[in-house]
Amino acid sequence: MIVPVSYYLILAAILFSIGVTGVLVRRNAIIVFMSIELMLNAVNLSFVAMSRALDSLDGQVFVFFVMTVAAAEVAVGLALIVAIFRSLGSADVDDAHVLRG
Amino acid sequence: MERFLAQNWTVIQPALFLTFTAVVVLLVDLWLKEEERDWLAYFSLVGFGGAGVIAARQWMATRALESPVTGFGGMVVLDTFSLLFQLLFALVGFLAVLMAPRYLERRHMQRGEFYALLLFSTAGMSLLAGAQDLIILFLGIEVLSIPLYILAGFARPRLDSEEAALKYFLLGAFATGFLLYGTALLFGATGTTNFEGLRNSAAAAEPRQNLMFMVGVALLLVGLGFKISMAPFHQWTPDVYQGAPTPVTAFMIAATKAGGFAGLIRLLYWGLAPARDVWMPLLAVLAAVTMTWGNVGALLQRNIKRMLAYSSIAHAGYVLVGVLSGSLGFVAVLVYLLIYALMNLGAFGVILLLEDGEREVLDLEEYRGLARFHPGAALLMSLFLLSLAGFPPTAGFFGKFLLFTAGVSSGLLWLVVVAVLNSVLSVFYYARVIVKMYMQEPVEAPAFSRSWLLAGALAVAAVGILLIGLYPTVVVQFIVS
Repeated sequence: MIVPVSYYLILAAILFSIGVTGVLVRRNAIIVFMSIELMLNAVNLSFVAMSRALDSLDGQVFVFFVMTVAAAEVAVGLALIVAIFRSLGSADVDDAHVLRG
Repeated sequence: MERFLAQNWTVIQPALFLTFTAVVVLLVDLWLKEEERDWLAYFSLVGFGGAGVIAARQWMATRALESPVTGFGGMVVLDTFSLLFQLLFALVGFLAVLMAPRYLERRHMQRGEFYALLLFSTAGMSLLAGAQDLIILFLGIEVLSIPLYILAGFARPRLDSEEAALKYFLLGAFATGFLLYGTALLFGATGTTNFEGLRNSAAAAEPRQNLMFMVGVALLLVGLGFKISMAPFHQWTPDVYQGAPTPVTAFMIAATKAGGFAGLIRLLYWGLAPARDVWMPLLAVLAAVTMTWGNVGALLQRNIKRMLAYSSIAHAGYVLVGVLSGSLGFVAVLVYLLIYALMNLGAFGVILLLEDGEREVLDLEEYRGLARFHPGAALLMSLFLLSLAGFPPTAGFFGKFLLFTAGVSSGLLWLVVVAVLNSVLSVFYYARVIVKMYMQEPVEAPAFSRSWLLAGALAVAAVGILLIGLYPTVVVQFIVS
C-alpha cells in the first residue's frame, strides 16, 4: 500500500498547528522551545513529502539546512534558558517581566 | 571537487571577509589579557572597513556590467542593489564597534565574542542582500539572528538583558517556524526554491487560485515582518531594544532592520513580482497600522530606549511605503535606511555618553536640564531627534520626502497621507525630550563619561546627517549612477 502524499502534508499541518498551540499556551520556556522544534520538524516532513511528490531534490537539501540551523539554535536557546534559570530560579516565561511599558 | 572550486566565490566576498575576521577575532581573543581587549575592537574595525572597501570596489566593477554576476548555481547574485546594502551594513557595523569598547570596559563585560558576533551577524546580512533563493534567504536570516540572540543577553547576569534575550530568542525562533513553513508551501506550489523559478511559475499559473501559494506568501511575510518589526509582529521590539546592552541596541536598530528590508525587497521583487496583487494590498494596510501603532506607542513611553524602539517601529512603516513603490522606491529605501541608521546610531551614541558604568540616563525625566550640564550632548541629541522627526534641513526630512514622493508617484496617495499625519504626531514625543533638555530645571547631575572612539562615531553620524540634509542631490546621484 502506498500512502498518498496528501496524508503526509495533512500530518505535517497538524504537527505544525500543535507546535503553534504549544508556543501560545504553555508558559515553561523549555516546553515553548520544544513546541518550536515541533514546528520546524513539521516543516521538514512537508519538505520531504513534497520533494518526493515533485521528484525534485531541492526540498531534501533544504531539510539539511533546517536541521543544521535548528541545532545551532538549540545550542544558543538552551544556554539562554539556563542563564535565566540561574538568575530567576524558574524557567517560566511569565516570571520574566522586568521589561514592560 | 572541481564543481566545488568552480563556484563563483567572488559573489560572497564581503561576507567571507567578515566571517574570516570574526574567526581571527575569536582566536586572537585567547591570547589577550583583559586590558588588551581593545585590540579586538581594532581588528573588527579592520573587518568592517575591509568589507566596505571590497563592496565598494565590486560596486564600481558591477556598475559597468550589463547583467549582474551570479554564483552558487544562481543562488546568490552580485548587483548594485546588494553591494550598496553591503556598504551600508559595513558602515553601521563600523560605527557600532566604535561605540562599544568603553561601555564594555565600564561594565566589565569585555569578552571577545562581542565583536565576533557583530561580524557574524553582518555576514548574514550580506548574504541576505544577495539572496536569489529561498535557502539563502533562510540562511541569511538565521546567520543574522542567532548572534543577536546572544548579544541581546550579553550583559548577563543582569536580568533585563537576559529577559530581552529570552524573549527575542523564543519569538524569533517562532517567527522562523512560520517563515520556513511558508517556504515549504511555496516550494510545494511551484516546485522550486529559486527566485527565478518562483517568478516564472507565479507568472504562468494563476496564483490567486492556488491556496498553497497564497498561504505560503502570507507565512513568509510573517517571518520577514518579524525581522523588520512590522505590526502586528512587532511586540518583541520594545522589550528587546530596552533590555539589550545599549551598543547592541544601536546595532540592532540600525542594521537588522536594513538587513530585513533587503531580504524583503529581494523576495517581493525578485521572487514574487508577478504575484504583486496578492501581497501589495496586504502590506499597504500593514504599513499604515505599523506606523500608527509605533507612534502611538512611543507617545506613552517614559524610557528613552523604549521610546526609540517604538519610533523604530513607526519608521519601519515609513520605509514600507518606499518598498511598495517598486523600483522607484528602492533608491528612496536605501537612502532612508542610511539616514535612519545615522540618526539612531547618533541618538544611542548620546545615550552611551550619559553612562558611567553603574547609572545610565534612560528615564525621560532624567533628561531635564541636560543642556545646563552637557550642552554638547544636548545639542547632538536635539539634532538626531529633529532628524528623526523629519525637520528640514536635517537628513530625516529629505529621506521622508524621497519616500513619500515615491509613494505618491506609484499611486499610494492614501498611505502617504497616513504617513504624513503620523510624522506630525511623532513630533510630539521627539520634541518632548528637547523641551525637557532645554527648558526644564534639572533634578541632579546626570552620569557622564568621555570616550574618543564614541566621539568619533557621533561626529560621523552628525556630519553625515547635516551633509545629506544640505546636499541631498549628491547622495541620490551617487546611488543612481
